[in-house]
Amino acid sequence: MNWKLDRPDFEVIAGWVQPGERVLDLGCGDGALLKLLIETRGVRGYGVDIDDENVLAAIANGINVIQSNLDAGLAGFVDGAFDHVVLSRTLQTIRRTQDILDAMLRVGREAVVSFPNFGYWKNRAAVLGGRMPVSEDLPHQWFDTPNVRFFTMLDFETLCADMNILVRERQVLDEQGQLVTEEHNFLGSLAVYRITRA
Amino acid sequence: MDNKISSVGIVAAQRAHFDTPLELRSGAVVPAFDLVYETYGTLNAAKSNAILVCHALSGHHHVAGMYAGQPKSLGWWDNICGPGRPLDTDRFFIVGVNNLGGCHGSSGPCSLNPVSGQLWGADFPMMTVQDWVKAQARLADRLGIDSWAAVVGGSLGGMQALQWAIDLPQRVRHALVIAAAPKLTAQNIAFNDVARQAILTDPDFHGGHFYQHHTAPRRGLRLARMLGHITYLSDDQMGEKFGRVMRNDSGDYNFGYEVEFEIESYLRAQGDKFAGFFDANTYLLMTKALDYFDPAQAYDDDLAAALKPAQAGFLVVSFTTDWRFAPSRSREIVNALLKNDQNVSYAEVTSNYGHDSFLLAIPHYHAILTAYLGRIQL
Repeated sequence: MNWKLDRPDFEVIAGWVQPGERVLDLGCGDGALLKLLIETRGVRGYGVDIDDENVLAAIANGINVIQSNLDAGLAGFVDGAFDHVVLSRTLQTIRRTQDILDAMLRVGREAVVSFPNFGYWKNRAAVLGGRMPVSEDLPHQWFDTPNVRFFTMLDFETLCADMNILVRERQVLDEQGQLVTEEHNFLGSLAVYRITRA
Repeated sequence: MDNKISSVGIVAAQRAHFDTPLELRSGAVVPAFDLVYETYGTLNAAKSNAILVCHALSGHHHVAGMYAGQPKSLGWWDNICGPGRPLDTDRFFIVGVNNLGGCHGSSGPCSLNPVSGQLWGADFPMMTVQDWVKAQARLADRLGIDSWAAVVGGSLGGMQALQWAIDLPQRVRHALVIAAAPKLTAQNIAFNDVARQAILTDPDFHGGHFYQHHTAPRRGLRLARMLGHITYLSDDQMGEKFGRVMRNDSGDYNFGYEVEFEIESYLRAQGDKFAGFFDANTYLLMTKALDYFDPAQAYDDDLAAALKPAQAGFLVVSFTTDWRFAPSRSREIVNALLKNDQNVSYAEVTSNYGHDSFLLAIPHYHAILTAYLGRIQL
């Protein structure tokens, strides 16, 4: 399987999910993460995605997928329905950041959020050099990026504190998908958080 | 490729007679009845590859293919059914059935009442979606099909797929509920009642016994169809197709009530065509079945409670410009299934063609159906 190479955050997320759990994957793409969790962890759950091609691919992958816009919230999901609600590499594309974090922790006991860290040194260097960053984890040009929110790990952790959200665990990866063990907000290209209500 | 993607070809209808009385939701009993049906593809030895196609308001058993010597007799959902199509007849055994109360060969208002020896007319009992499911289950028994690989339907047909999953959970492995709703809104019922009033107040209706008078309430039925047709299309699509284009080349008004705008011409032609072959009593009965459909009613309006017994996997599909059964109505079904932690996928297909989209060969829509049906294990 090549998911390890493509999506190093999947491995981290899979490590936090216990067998048999109920999982909601927001922005599920073709359903690869859910499929992995179903096959290796025996979880049950749903993916949510707005994109036609992703919904089609997820259905072909045998995933339960609901076509929906995350900016519309998680209105169809009842409180506490999931053990884990996953939002991988999608938070930066959502306008109503606080609403989606609230909604995730309403329908799930715990949320797992991964996002590209704008504080990564190469990103900082790009801006210092006068250009918006383009990297492994920020692959788009400024004019065609789906991203609408630009934030660092420090920004995210500050927001969590303001919203009474507890960071239970965090894993930080560099551009090669290797674990970063120091100076996270400077050396980390992709951050993965486990958060819950404080 | 062209050879693979093709129609089922020449087909013929079959008839099944049932002698055991059928008790209806209304309390009435149909003592004996016929169902006409068609099948496409081959039932496998395990009888595990059968798919039931349920029809909507004006549909029937002739889903796909054409009748010998009648090149214009293409089935109403031919584009979905055939080798290589979403309902792939190389893999599945497809069954189309004309519902009880219909006017295409199954027992209904224009068939013979065995007790009186007369045509049933208005005396044919009112049908509900539950009654249709019961009757269709008799046909499944007759064909030796214990459980359907899938029950598929659009609009009123989608409601039958939903009812099947609720009423006979062990007999439905997948339900494809397309352009449907869990019940009608006041606006939906209002449209249906205007359509019914058009028929009921037609002087040629004769209390539903117009056959004896050798006439039919064609004006009423025509109006009913014209009204219905408006609700099946989207405003955008009508605007694009007809706009304010006029029949008369001069571009000036006639200042009269004859056909002037293209849309008038189109709607009148649709109405005339429909009134020429459809039975008014069947139209009344079918719209009532729509109005009565409400599986949550018996569960204090809790749709999730109603759906709880279902064991099927669900595919729910809606279309963005469908205002008769809007996407939000499909989401009600999806949300109830989510609440129960049941297997469901939902696709909201972008289409300009309103409610009628479900009948069209929209590539993404058919790709969704193909992907879902392709993963069904036989």
